[in-house]
Amino acid sequence: MAKLNMVQAINLAMQQEMARDRDVLVMGEDVGKNGGVFRATEGLQSQFGAERVIDTPLAEAGIVGTAIGMAMMGLRPVAEIQFSGFAFLALGQLEGQAARMRSRTQGKLTVPMVLRMPYGGGVRALEHHSESREATFAHLPGIKVVLPSGPRNARALLAAAIRDPDPVVFMEPKRSYRAFREEVPDGEELMEIGKADIVQTGTDLTLISWGAMMRPALKAAEDVAQRRNARIEIIDVLTMSPMDKHTIAESVKKTGRCVIAQEAPRSLSVSSEIIAAINDKALMYLEAPVKRVTYPDVNTVYFGREQLYIPGPERIARAIEETLDF
Amino acid sequence: MPRTELVRFSVPYLQILDQSGTVDAEFEPALSSEQLLYLYRSMKLGREADERMLKLQRQGRIGTFALATGHEAIACGAALAMSETDWFYGSFREPAARMMRGESLAKYMLMHNGYEEGNHDPQSNRLMPFSVIVGAQIPMAVGMAYALRYQEQKDAAVIVVLGDGATSEGDFHEGMNFAGVWQAPVVFLCQNNQWAISVSRQQQTRSETIAQKAIAYGFPGIQVDGNDPLAVYSAVKEALDRAHSGQGPTLIEAVTYRVQMHTTSDDPTRYQHDAEVAAWRERDPLRRMALYLEKKGLLTSAGEEEMTRAVRETVDAAVREFESWTEFKPDAPFDHVFGTTHDVIEEQRAEFLAELAKEADHG
Repeated sequence: MAKLNMVQAINLAMQQEMARDRDVLVMGEDVGKNGGVFRATEGLQSQFGAERVIDTPLAEAGIVGTAIGMAMMGLRPVAEIQFSGFAFLALGQLEGQAARMRSRTQGKLTVPMVLRMPYGGGVRALEHHSESREATFAHLPGIKVVLPSGPRNARALLAAAIRDPDPVVFMEPKRSYRAFREEVPDGEELMEIGKADIVQTGTDLTLISWGAMMRPALKAAEDVAQRRNARIEIIDVLTMSPMDKHTIAESVKKTGRCVIAQEAPRSLSVSSEIIAAINDKALMYLEAPVKRVTYPDVNTVYFGREQLYIPGPERIARAIEETLDF
Repeated sequence: MPRTELVRFSVPYLQILDQSGTVDAEFEPALSSEQLLYLYRSMKLGREADERMLKLQRQGRIGTFALATGHEAIACGAALAMSETDWFYGSFREPAARMMRGESLAKYMLMHNGYEEGNHDPQSNRLMPFSVIVGAQIPMAVGMAYALRYQEQKDAAVIVVLGDGATSEGDFHEGMNFAGVWQAPVVFLCQNNQWAISVSRQQQTRSETIAQKAIAYGFPGIQVDGNDPLAVYSAVKEALDRAHSGQGPTLIEAVTYRVQMHTTSDDPTRYQHDAEVAAWRERDPLRRMALYLEKKGLLTSAGEEEMTRAVRETVDAAVREFESWTEFKPDAPFDHVFGTTHDVIEEQRAEFLAELAKEADHG
């Protein structure tokens, strides 16, 4: 067991999977010699060589398109998009090809690739470096979308994504990269993709979040628990698609109250789908309307104002108390 | 200081068989009589399939498809030059090449009648699915080529087909650039038929040739007469030899003309000139090949008739076969969303099947 931050844990997952399986390749802009702009791929090229850790030309559609080609030939490329804001240049290859190759060929040709990308705000970055657009990718049938929240689940989910038979968009909360450390087992650890994690059990309210928002959500739950006798159940969604709606619905059936905290804009988002799932499976158990704490439906603001816009613990705590008091 | 010449480039052009069927003996490829007759028969099969599918489409028996009449020299010349170890990643206008690579015409028709079941199994015959999005196949083909080299597959390359319109796409640029940087074993075969639906080649690019675009990416480009199957064969063979021996990619621009509509939904009389189309119809690659075979003493009029009859029978049989498939599992699409099972998909499948059952009860 070592205490690792998220970047180190992500690096460990790739290093171990590459050592285990020669079909695993890493590719992207600056991932080789430079070790990635966030150092997530540090040391991989010196250990595995430039043929397996490829410094590609600066071209997102080219990276994703060639990675799809490699995956169709039986390799397991782990491609990096330097910032998720640039991934839209590759959306055509993702939606038109990666997502559809399995259904197009009735399962005969598959695309076992991972597309890693740092997402989200809070690091005072330039425009296009702070978006949270998981719903865009999660809306594509055939693509799995995973957002880890801490070093341990990041490592275990990335290893699982690399072994997964389908294309996985793996969105890494960049403001959590070096924010905290966790014990990460030295040996292999995998988590199941498509399964949510109940981080804390409770009976009075279900608080749902994912990715970088898990930390402020946990803080909010703690603050509310200190102020009043409320037992809050906390769910980390982890996989946006296919989503573990069963775990969410069972929790809401138990608590009757639910708050969702997300960094992304509100409309047509992952929280919208969670509310729809509650409507389908647990509507009659609700004691209060499901409340959302989200970014408003505005473009990602420049960093001067970002702390006003990314929901923090206080805003989430208020939503929890309003829902408890409803 | 005066400007000096830093570097100079040139673009070669190749024609081996002219319009009258006269061959340039110096460049005539060493193909056996059987290979030449197979090449011609494949071209005829492509033409016959195209004409039959147009009738079927007009009768509502298949859906929209892209016509390939006039493009047979490119498709068949290329397919003949390929080894079994090479991969073919086409666009949507190469049915004759697909059949030469082992795809069933019946399945090709079935795919065009709206069923995924008609898609060829890519693992057999190294034949990739149809690519509808213009240019999207290009970077994928380059990634496949990288994988072939990584896997140390001997004498294997990828041949990727694109149109003149695709050369305007970002995917073309990115794929060509990756291929050059990686020296990937890939052959880019551009069917320059001078039209992307209604947009002419002149409106598509200011470049004098498409072949010259290769130079910018650091590998050779060549323009060939796209109605000359021997020129296409020779250029593709040479490019594949280069790829197999680690010399990297090649771009081949095969110049032809789209003498038919783009797809069955198109009306080219709105933008093409009759005289130009008629002039290109005179340059029919099938007629050129027939004249060549006659001059070589390989084809008599009786032989031609026999071949026509055999090709029609093949197409008849394919139509019968594809129309005999009537049972399709309604929920098959749910089987192929993911390689793993998940409640989200299985619950929706159950709901979908329950709805179908209710509709059947009321039906």
